[in-house]
Parts: sequence; structure tokens; C-alpha cells
Amino acid sequence: MSGNGVALETIGLSKHYRRGSEEIAAVREVSLTLHQGEFVSFTGPSGSGKTTLVHLLGCLDNPTSGELLLRGRPIFSGNGRQLSERRLTEIRRETFGYIFQNFYLIPTLTVLENVVLPLTFHRKPGAGRDAAELLKLLGIDHRRNHLPGMLSGGEMQRVAIARALINAPEILLADEPTGNLDTKRSAEIVRILKDLSREAGVTVIMVSHNLELAGQADRQFEMRDGGIRKPGI
Amino acid sequence: MITKFQVAYKNLLRKKIRSLLTLVGIALSAWVLVSLLGFNRGFEAALNRDIDNMGFQMMLMAKGCPYEAATMMLQGGTGLKYLPEAIGDSVGEDPDVEGITPMLMQAVFDPDKGESGGISAYLGVEPRSYAAMKTFLKFRQGGWFERNDVHEAVMGYEAAELEQREVGDLILIPEKNVEFTVVGILERTGTQDDGTIFLPLRTVQRLFGKDGEITTIGIKVKKDADPSRLEDKLYELPDVQVVSLAQVKQTIMSLVSTAKVLVLSIAIIAIVIAMVGVVNTILMSVHERFQEIGILKTIGAMPGDIFQLVWMETLLLCAAGGVLGVALSLVLSRLTEWVIRGVLPYAPKGGLVLIDMNLILFTLGAISAIGLLSGLYPAWKAGRIRPLEAIRSEVGG
Repeated sequence: MSGNGVALETIGLSKHYRRGSEEIAAVREVSLTLHQGEFVSFTGPSGSGKTTLVHLLGCLDNPTSGELLLRGRPIFSGNGRQLSERRLTEIRRETFGYIFQNFYLIPTLTVLENVVLPLTFHRKPGAGRDAAELLKLLGIDHRRNHLPGMLSGGEMQRVAIARALINAPEILLADEPTGNLDTKRSAEIVRILKDLSREAGVTVIMVSHNLELAGQADRQFEMRDGGIRKPGI
Repeated sequence: MITKFQVAYKNLLRKKIRSLLTLVGIALSAWVLVSLLGFNRGFEAALNRDIDNMGFQMMLMAKGCPYEAATMMLQGGTGLKYLPEAIGDSVGEDPDVEGITPMLMQAVFDPDKGESGGISAYLGVEPRSYAAMKTFLKFRQGGWFERNDVHEAVMGYEAAELEQREVGDLILIPEKNVEFTVVGILERTGTQDDGTIFLPLRTVQRLFGKDGEITTIGIKVKKDADPSRLEDKLYELPDVQVVSLAQVKQTIMSLVSTAKVLVLSIAIIAIVIAMVGVVNTILMSVHERFQEIGILKTIGAMPGDIFQLVWMETLLLCAAGGVLGVALSLVLSRLTEWVIRGVLPYAPKGGLVLIDMNLILFTLGAISAIGLLSGLYPAWKAGRIRPLEAIRSEVGG
């Protein structure tokens, strides 16, 4: 952990769903503070609410109640006001990078094209990174003109990481990034995420079933029934 | 950096067969549209050319169906009834008339024509007045007969080719067993004159026992004259009828327009089917890429960006289909023309399908506009996909 300023803070963050007449509390009253350059992980069984919480932290969804602040700036201020999809997108593309278990690369685009794709929609002023440099950093420069279908799972996840980093995000959200990889490749990906937080000062939030990999984070949060059972220390 | 256009283009290549089939559907409807509109313009131009090349704007003939008579004249036939030749004197003196030319069409059965014989037609004309009216006729060999009562013939280009005749050769009139010397062969005109055998008027009258009779008087109207006023005056003559070629043109065009409405309806149905095909293809593509589109929104795409991407795909498909359709119509215009000639009872000489740059641009514009319209709903639907729904459709936790 780098011990810098606060990157993200939640106060009493909750998310409830209705399924028929039943109301389900997916996330209950979660309050936590994450620092810039910190690498944190969320673990817990299926249905524990870790993915829903990470979606709220990454502004992919509106909470039912509670507050969320990015670098001290209130995003969800607890008044129940829902942000529009457009506003959420604006916040996301200024602050976050995302990687997923299934990589979600565009199969018709080359590795390089996939990496620069976010710049087609938005280029953060003065923050766009050099794609070739990123590919080199992640050890997949030799694959730049290949299509995703020609890559291994580990290589595809590296491409997804490069794509997430192209707009120099402050926070990187990794939802089960090693779910489709073998042990060796999983360890490599977690090492890359760790290096990003230490060397590039990116705040990394990772969701994982794998306790061993999650244990490599600076702090590990264990979730159960929508709440944080074991807060990271 | 990769542009939205490149992303859209590459996406169409993802399902090549599906994109190709949709594109072919659009191309076929574009082909029908170009050919149909090109036919309308070409037919009118060819008809105008045929009428202008007649050299006269009105025909005077014995009473009967004017349109049947006019069509027969255009096809090289003749009216079945006769007029006294003297009637031409009074017509020629009218102040609205620039000139007249009397004609007598006669036909005989030629047993050597075709496999089981056929009709050969001969047009008796006065060389001086006929040539003065048809100044565009040029000779490949020889010239007009010197006098009006000799046994000499002038052959149209195709008639000479068919009969394999040169100037100086003889032609035999079947039934009458009389030989004529070919004194002139015309250059190709692209009109019915190409297939006509011209003989001196007096000779034809004498040979067929029609002294003092003619079938038609061609009338050239003075430029500043009022054709309808002249028509009224001509109707004062006994047992005649006047055929104004402007009227004939209007009648033929209205018949063609009726057929055009039917074909246009078919073209519109083809276009609607192509449009439904486009909407279906793009909707399927959006459905299949539900997660991918959600992820694009996660990495920074606004609803408008997704809308543009999907809309661009539709536009690309339609524009490519339009270009292919126009190319098809250009390459196959002769085939289209051949089919049309087989269907229509009367078709003027020359090109019937006229495809020019304006028509090409209009079709491409229309097909592109249809593409933009077809893409609206799928693009709007894609723009509304929420990233969270896309992610949730596979991941739980």
C-alpha cells in the first residue's frame, strides 16, 4: 500500500433488489476507504454481494442508499437520486478501467486495435498512454497484429489490462480476472496488478474466489450476506 | 487509433455469409430500381428519337383507328385504307404547313422470306419531298432515284444487309415479278427506315393498281404554327383522320406508365423486403453482441457512440449493396432491354434503358437513405443496452 490520499470512500452503501414481492439486500451498509495506489481484494462465496459491491464502487450501478466519494468528491450523496446512464459513463471513463473474467475483446480487431479502442470514444486530456509501450510493458508486444482468437487466455487478459490502462485510469476494477486462467497465468496476472498499484500508483480493486491470489493484495475484504465480514487491515 | 468506421466495417466481416446475403438483397432491389427508372427515361428518349426522325409531326390518313395506324407507321406498316392523292394539294397550300410528302405502302407475300415465307413491304415515296423532310438520311452508297416513275429502289441499311444487296444489284418484287435496280443504300439511322425498301411513288401506284391513291400524307408543321389549329382545319377535309405524333407519344407513354406503376410497386415491395432483411440482420447482430456492446459502454462509449457504430454498419451494408446493384444494372442493361422488348407490343429502336450519372446518384442516395432509416431502430436499441445488464448476463457473485 502506498499510503497516499483517499481514492474512494463509501459510507453506508446499500443495494436492494426486488424479486417479485421479496426484497433482497445484495449489499448492506458498506463503509470503507480505499487509498490511491492501494491493491485491495474482495472474496466471499457466490451471492455474498462482492460483485454487486464492486459494480457500485465502479459506478456501473446506482446504490439504493448510502454515499460514494471519489477523491473526496461526492458521486452518490445518499439522497436517493439516481444518476443517468450518460452521467455514469462520464464518471467511468474519467476514473475507471475494467477487466473481466471473460476478457471481452472484440474478435474482429487486432490486439493493438483492441487496446486503443477506448480512445475512439474518449481520450482523457493529457492522459492517453502509448499503446505500444503498454503492450511491451505487459509482454505482448509481439502479438500486436494478431486477432484475439490466436491468443492464449493469459495473453487475452493482458490485452484487456492494456485496454483498461490506455486512458490512464485512477482506479482499476478487476472482476474475477483469473477465473478463466490456469494457476501459472493467474499468478502472472495478479503480479501485474500488484506492480500497477506499486509502480504506477493505480488503485486496484480485485474480486476473486481464489483466497491465495486474493491474499496477495495489500488488504483483503471478506464478504458475506451483502456485508463485509472481515474488513481489510 | 481506430475509427468507428473501421470498427463497423470489421464487424460486418464477422458473419460474412449473413452480411453478403443481406447485401445481395439490397443490390437486387437497387438493380430493379435503376433498371426501372432507366427504362422509363430511355423509352421516352427512344420514342422521341423515333418520332423526330420521322421528319413530320402529323400524318393524314383515311378514317380508322388513329393509334393503330400510327403504331403501324412507327413499325413500318401502313393504314389499310386509301386517300386520294389530290387531297395533298390543298393540304400543302395551308399557311401552317411547311411541307408534305405523300406515301403509299404496299405489301406482298414473299415465299422466300424466312422459313415459311413472310410479308415484304415497300414504301412508295416522292424522292424530292421525302428527302427534304428527312434531311438526316445519308447514303452509304448511291443516292435517291432520279425520277418518280422508274424501276429503281433505295434500301435501308438493314434491308440491304438482310438481302445482301449492293448498288447496281436487282431486287425482285414477289407476286408482281418485276425487278428493280438498287440505286442507293442508306446509312444506319437507328429508325424504322433501316428496314424499309423505298420505291418511286408513281411506279408503286402503277404496279399495284393504285393510281391517284396514297395511304398517308406526312405533314411538316411550320415552327410558329399552332398544331391543334391545323389539326382542326385538316378535320374539315372529308373522310380523313389526323394523327398527331405528340398525341401518339402521349398515348404510348401513358400505356408504358401504367406498366411502370405495376413494376414500381414490385420494386417497392423488393425494397421493403430488403429493408426488413437489413433490420433483421442488424438486430441479430446487436443481439449477438449484447455483452460486447455493454463492455464498449464500460470502456467509455456513450449511447450516441453505439448508435453511430450500428447505424454506420447499416449504412455500409446499404451503400455497398447500392453500388453492387448499380453495377449490375449497368452490366445487365442489354439483358434488361432484351427482356423488355420481348414483353412490350411496341418498342422504339435504340437503347431502351438509359442509365446516367444523375440516376446512379439518385439510386445510391435513395438506397443509402433507406439504409439510414432501416438502421434507426437497431441502432437506438443498441444505444440503450446498459453495461451492467451485459455483464450480469454471465457473471454472478
